[in-house]
Amino acid sequence: MTSATVARWAATYEMVVGLEVHVQLKTATKIFCRCSTDFGASPNSNTCPVCLALPGSLPVLNEHAVDLAISAALALGCHVQPTSIFARKNYFYPDLPKGYQISQFDKPLATDGCLQIGTRSDGSPINIRITRVHMEEDAGKSIHDRFPSVTAVDLNRAGVPLIEIVSEPDMRGSDEADAYLRSLKQILEYIAVSDVSMEKGSLRVDANISARPVGETKLGTKTEVKNMNSFSGIVRALEVEFARQCGVLDAGGRVEQQTMLWDANTDEVRPARSKEGSHDYRYFPDPDLPPLIIPIERIDRLKASLPELPAARRARFHDAYPNLTPYDIDVLTAGPGIGTYFEHVARLSNDAKTAANWVMGDVLAALKTTDQTIEHFSVRPADLAELLNLVRDGVVSHTAAKQIFGIMVKTGDRPSQIAEREHLLKVTDDSALAAWIDEVFAELPSEAQRFLGGERRLQGVLVGQVMKKSKGSADPKRVNQLLAERIGT
Amino acid sequence: MTASTGSLSELSAAELRDSVARGDVNPRRAADAAFDRADAVGARKDGLNILLYEDRGDAHRQAADIATQRDSGESGPLAGVPVIVKDNISTTTLPTSCGSRILEGYVSPFDATAVRRLREAGAVIIAKSNMDEFAMGSSTENSAFGPAKNPLAPTRVPGGSSGGSAASIASGIVRIALGSETGGSVRQPAAFCGVVGVKPTYGRVSRYGLVAFASSLDQIGVFGRTVDDAALGLHTIAGLDPLDSTSAAEPVVQYRDAARGSLTGVVIGRPREYFPDDLDPRIREKCDASLDALKSLGAEIRDVSLPHTDLAIQVYYIVAPAEASSNLARFDGVRYGLRIAGDGLRGMYEATRSTGFGPEVTRRILLGTYVLSAGYYDAYYLKAQQVRALIARDFADVFTSGVHLLFTPTTPTPAFELGAKSDPYEMYLSDIFTCTANLAGVPAISLPIGRVDGLPVGGQFIASHFDERQMFAAAYALERRLGAGAHR
Repeated sequence: MTSATVARWAATYEMVVGLEVHVQLKTATKIFCRCSTDFGASPNSNTCPVCLALPGSLPVLNEHAVDLAISAALALGCHVQPTSIFARKNYFYPDLPKGYQISQFDKPLATDGCLQIGTRSDGSPINIRITRVHMEEDAGKSIHDRFPSVTAVDLNRAGVPLIEIVSEPDMRGSDEADAYLRSLKQILEYIAVSDVSMEKGSLRVDANISARPVGETKLGTKTEVKNMNSFSGIVRALEVEFARQCGVLDAGGRVEQQTMLWDANTDEVRPARSKEGSHDYRYFPDPDLPPLIIPIERIDRLKASLPELPAARRARFHDAYPNLTPYDIDVLTAGPGIGTYFEHVARLSNDAKTAANWVMGDVLAALKTTDQTIEHFSVRPADLAELLNLVRDGVVSHTAAKQIFGIMVKTGDRPSQIAEREHLLKVTDDSALAAWIDEVFAELPSEAQRFLGGERRLQGVLVGQVMKKSKGSADPKRVNQLLAERIGT
Repeated sequence: MTASTGSLSELSAAELRDSVARGDVNPRRAADAAFDRADAVGARKDGLNILLYEDRGDAHRQAADIATQRDSGESGPLAGVPVIVKDNISTTTLPTSCGSRILEGYVSPFDATAVRRLREAGAVIIAKSNMDEFAMGSSTENSAFGPAKNPLAPTRVPGGSSGGSAASIASGIVRIALGSETGGSVRQPAAFCGVVGVKPTYGRVSRYGLVAFASSLDQIGVFGRTVDDAALGLHTIAGLDPLDSTSAAEPVVQYRDAARGSLTGVVIGRPREYFPDDLDPRIREKCDASLDALKSLGAEIRDVSLPHTDLAIQVYYIVAPAEASSNLARFDGVRYGLRIAGDGLRGMYEATRSTGFGPEVTRRILLGTYVLSAGYYDAYYLKAQQVRALIARDFADVFTSGVHLLFTPTTPTPAFELGAKSDPYEMYLSDIFTCTANLAGVPAISLPIGRVDGLPVGGQFIASHFDERQMFAAAYALERRLGAGAHR
């Protein structure tokens, strides 16, 4: 399936996508017991009678998980319901210890949200409606490839709190699905309710996709695509499934409503063996858990404690820092930490554009090469601001500043200390500068001759040589003046 | 040792506790007396079959701890009192098999909250009692380990599902025993065995450690030889438990204080639906005698109506199996209990569950699965919940109309012969006067009010939510007034 094929279908068919996103909430303990949610503990060590479903055990709701779920729902513009109901989703599987998953069904935690994922060429917003946000518990893990001919079960994950965020089928193309997921991830990172990592499994996405002739307003028959493990995998799976459906429709066939599994290795979707759509989960309200009643005061308190969200921050940066380009703002608001760091540096250095350049360039590069997060970066924002101020005040050169920054990343020391220790303060002393000029003239006699003879365009070359000799510490402005004076004599 | 075994068995739970606290009775001797009595009445499999698991050595260890505490001047409210616990209530020292093959020999790593509270009060847990498998039944004939027999008439059933616990009181082994109720499983066997049985308000006693049958109906209950034994037992186990989200924060009063309560000014309702025309006239006569006695004690008797009563059995047999079908899904052979190999995963599930569950449990799982199925949910489960709300409102209406308590027969008949009810629906009807209290969540108590052909008849008080005190006050007064007549 080539991209060209997808592009060909796109002229005649429209892709319609709705996403179901599972997000693991960042709590210390599970949703219905006090077991740790630590990732990577030895199998079945984070378990107790409740999450093992021993006879007689009962669930007790983790209120912190509820707070995180409400925060997420509010950040997605949802209405948090004053009463929601936990329901049992019944099915047998070895990694589902109770034989049912505690979830929410017809009375979810929150409904009717909206996420803006961008703007159209005419400037109108692209809004994706969010149907519902509900809470549920995770299942354990079945491990099929660890022991020959048997399946092992690890229940450490059983009972880890999840929210499921269900969108309306409002996305028109894989690019919009991608934008939706990025926006969603960004918001959840801002409010710090989850690690939102597909690799770690704290973000999982199932896609409902259908195709319809361009211009048609009725929805076509959808399939559900599962088993994607990266954003790019989702985009690719949607394109492949879209092309498959278009092929079926174009040949006069009908798309069968079924679950498809994405195989990243073969770049294919294939029908899941068991027809999950035909499963009857026999949902009913869990009699072990009273209705979840959320007073308005709790919602207000959580709403008030929400941090600035990405869209608001982008708008504020746009107004507060007129020198920043839209691209700058996107980079500086990508994650919650980077913007906060930038603002700190900008405020202390009083130069937003320079601060932005440093943060977007050197800081991001250093984070990547040293595998640090901005929240725990070895260079504190106040120290970076000091470095910028040293450059502005002419105490160190720009070249020296880059060197100093490198040492700051390694040591966490303050820039002024480093500049002094490493002799990187700018040399403005005429006698030292004159000595370097003399040395350069001695090494490049012919250029010196021609320069002194009036060939002024050689001045840049000579300044460069002096800078090199001084290891960047010479004050280039003064070197230029001194060279100019020599012609004059 | 001042008391002989003979006189020891005459003591009430409170009297035994006081004797232990005074140092007159060694807790070990009290435990041994219970085991000796179990020997004497033939409580084991080859006899009445009312006990499933016991451990004399463990009982001696518990008794030794109580003796040590007593020596240091600390005696709990049940110090040294032997207690028998229904086999579906978790205990760390004895198996908890719910009368089922699928959990045969399973030992819980934790004590139920009710059991923990008994232990903290100084009780000595001596045995687990026989029961209908997973509490599904009204005769204890559905036990995978054979039917229990009524100690007063061994060709008859002791009632169920808590038949073993009721019989252990009736046969004089213990003064206090725990049972569980979903639709009458404490009160009905209490009535059949001529003992006192209490079903507390839903939420009054923690369900943590009670193996779930139907979570919205289940409640641990208490058997006593007397109202006072039951009051002492309930006070010990009642109260909020952070491990059970459905347990209530309502304050727990000392129910024994109700013993001195007067019935003057108390309005007792006689719901006409509980006295149908076809009620056994001998039972009607005993109830009328009790109502007369209550009247003579100062109570006002008022005819009342609970109009949705006739729908209770139908509602019960939709709600309870629905919840059971989900609650029993965990018995899948994967983590504990029975596992029978089969063809693949599905084969293992089928082999394990069809071998491990008996016919009544299987019937109810199928029934419950059916009523929750897509396309049937609204017609059955949802409708049943709506009718359940009407049944609860019947009680609320009566209790807000100035009526303090209701008095009814506990069962439509006395204990029936073993094997007499082969039709499941016939069996279900023996809970007709009890399952309403479970559906409404209100508390109720059954106490002996006389005998018919030598078989005990139970009378039932039903109170409003969390008003167990009022219920106990009436039961104490009636018990005192009937005196030995309650057992004639």
